[in-house]
Amino acid sequence: MLSRSADSLFWLGRYTERAANVARGLSVALRMAGLSEQLGAEGDEWRSLLIATGCEPGFFAKHEEASQENVVDFLVRDPDNPTGIISCFAAARHNARSVRTALTVDMWGALNDSWNALRHAEFQGERLPGFLEWVRERVLLFNGAAQDTMLRGEPWLFVQLGTALERADNTARLLDVKHHLLAPAQQATVEYAQWQAILQSVSALRAYHWVYKDRLEPAKIAELLILRPELPRSLTACHGRVLEVLDRIAAGQAGRRGECHRMAGELHARLRYGRIEEILSAGLHEYLTDMIVRTAELGNEIEAFYIRA
Amino acid sequence: MSQSQSQGASRTPPAAFDELGQGAEIRAAYAAVAAWLERTPPAELEAKRAEAELLFRRVGITFAVYGEGGDPERLIPFDIIPRVLARSEWDRLSAGLSQRVRALNAFLADAYGKQEILKAGVIPASLVTGNEQFRPEMQGFQPPGGVYTHIAGIDLVRTGPDQFYVLEDNARTPSGVSYMLENREAMLRLFPRLLARHRLAPVNRYPEDLLTTLKAAAPDRAGPNPTVVILTPGSFNSAYYEHCFLADEMGVEVVEGADLFVDENVVFMRTTAGPRRVDVIYRRIDDDYLDPRAFRPDSMLGVPGLMAAYRAGNVALCNAPGCGIADDKAIYPFVPQMIRFYLDEEPKLANVPTYLCEREADRAYVLDHLDELVVKLAQGSGGYGMMIGPHATAAERADFAARIKARPADYIAQPTLALSTVPTLCANGVAPRHVDLRPFVLSTKDEVRIVPGGLTRVALREGSLVVNSSQGGGTKDTWVLENDPQEGGVAHGGVAC
Repeated sequence: MLSRSADSLFWLGRYTERAANVARGLSVALRMAGLSEQLGAEGDEWRSLLIATGCEPGFFAKHEEASQENVVDFLVRDPDNPTGIISCFAAARHNARSVRTALTVDMWGALNDSWNALRHAEFQGERLPGFLEWVRERVLLFNGAAQDTMLRGEPWLFVQLGTALERADNTARLLDVKHHLLAPAQQATVEYAQWQAILQSVSALRAYHWVYKDRLEPAKIAELLILRPELPRSLTACHGRVLEVLDRIAAGQAGRRGECHRMAGELHARLRYGRIEEILSAGLHEYLTDMIVRTAELGNEIEAFYIRA
Repeated sequence: MSQSQSQGASRTPPAAFDELGQGAEIRAAYAAVAAWLERTPPAELEAKRAEAELLFRRVGITFAVYGEGGDPERLIPFDIIPRVLARSEWDRLSAGLSQRVRALNAFLADAYGKQEILKAGVIPASLVTGNEQFRPEMQGFQPPGGVYTHIAGIDLVRTGPDQFYVLEDNARTPSGVSYMLENREAMLRLFPRLLARHRLAPVNRYPEDLLTTLKAAAPDRAGPNPTVVILTPGSFNSAYYEHCFLADEMGVEVVEGADLFVDENVVFMRTTAGPRRVDVIYRRIDDDYLDPRAFRPDSMLGVPGLMAAYRAGNVALCNAPGCGIADDKAIYPFVPQMIRFYLDEEPKLANVPTYLCEREADRAYVLDHLDELVVKLAQGSGGYGMMIGPHATAAERADFAARIKARPADYIAQPTLALSTVPTLCANGVAPRHVDLRPFVLSTKDEVRIVPGGLTRVALREGSLVVNSSQGGGTKDTWVLENDPQEGGVAHGGVAC
């Protein structure tokens, strides 16, 4: 397939996933900000969200204060922020439009209808939780349309690659910004509620109970989100999927492989055979920062091999 | 300048031939359509029209109109009443089209080769070698199979039962064929019973014929299954939808200039599996933009080194560069002589009488009869830069007189033809509107293929003769009946329902 089309499909997968992840991030920040207020604790949720999404420099170039309203506006609407929800949909739609023939009517419809509705959506104040829920649903619809209707060729694999890589990046960032909460010493009421919020942001609170059948513990939360292959948003699951997809693309090209395949294999092996005790004792923040850097490098290698060769 | 039709009209063109029939006399080919129009309530037709519009909008068939403000992504209006041609009518047209395009290809080969027609004095050499569209890069080079215009669109108009004229030839990158195909699809969905009452020549084999034509143009070394691509200027081009549509129907890639590169005179496309060699390029970008090394150096759309690869015989370009000399409006008057010169046949399709303003006698006549004539730019297309004398204001005519005197070689003039009309659904019900017809002619070394029919374009404004989509024209499905109905009789299946 044309490199340009692969590029568009890869970024289509990344941008749709990113839009949903920003919505997830906003949901959890909203919940935590509410909790801090109820429990009389000092919270800096909106600022942490800016850090997690990599938006801090861009935000403070325009705003003085990380208030809820400012951050929400920046992360939803502001066209100057390429990571904003509306910007992500615009970029996804632009990529989709340039590969119209590779998409199915259902995928295009899910994206185009979302885009049309987004242009006059209201999202401040009381409307925010409903809006964020709607964004997540629209991306679920898009992913479902892709899953159900797309031909299983290279176009499908490149969308999957973008989605999985973006998801891995998001889980790592989300955990990293809250890594202090998972340090072994913490054990207050506020922290307990915040642990719940972290799990909810990756739709994993129920999953935790199913897997561990136990009360929430920081080490187990970290293990679930980093190492457990059963959780579809864990780093292991996401990088397992990246590796699987890269292998399938290679298989379709008579085994043609490059540096991205080696890197993806190494990264997945580290996760697959990693142990949470070692990760925590060496430092969760250092581990996650390393993961974020490696994930970005893997993305660059994939583009270098398939797209910009 | 304006093509608006009503202001200052100085005279009315002669009454137009209506293809449905005059008064109570319905022409045989239209019997079933006329009966359907008779019994269908206007509200139902209107509902079907709205349904058709929705259908086209959902599929996303849009055409970009620039320079008028507003949303450039517009729908070409689709008229739900078909235009019908009898098989016998089509067979005559088809023979004439085939003959004409064979002559155009022979002319192109000659113009870039031995130039015998110029030496014989049949066409003034200055009109060819001095033409802006003449590409010296094509001299002394034969494209594979000797075909230049693989895909031609010939615009026909009609003024009477047997009077068809060629209005202009499009030998470069004619567009519109996707509408021919989508219009038929729309009709099949909207009016299955009406279609079942006719035996129509199918149009849906066009993409297959096109692919066959493109493959036949491949250099010999490409083998039996050459790699074909469509080269588009990109998603902002007005015909981008068509480029994707045809690529999809043929199962080939639609590429932009940046997707291709040339290495040692061989063209490759960048794919996820590495560079892949390209054998045939159906290019939908103009000559000027094909290759910044050969033509416009500022072109971002083209592929550096493409012309060298082409001349080395490593890739085919369809259509060949330089076809513009064959469809130039100043060359057009000579096409009948080309047919006699190359094929030794009499032209089967007539030309519209044409005055070349460059010639002194013609110019004097044109300037004296501006209120009767249509004046066109010799190089223009798409209905831009023309004046319809009978519909123009005195000021517009004075403006054109000045332009003609200033640059006579740029202008040609033709009598204002009373283009035939076809019933069309308008704001106030069904009314006659002027139409033309663009059949698409596919040529290989050995044969010429034409899908029966073509694209009928209709001038939706009352009295308007301008059918171009860029000027607010619409389109209709064009039916060629497989079984010729008898005059005075009814079509297959009867009219009762």
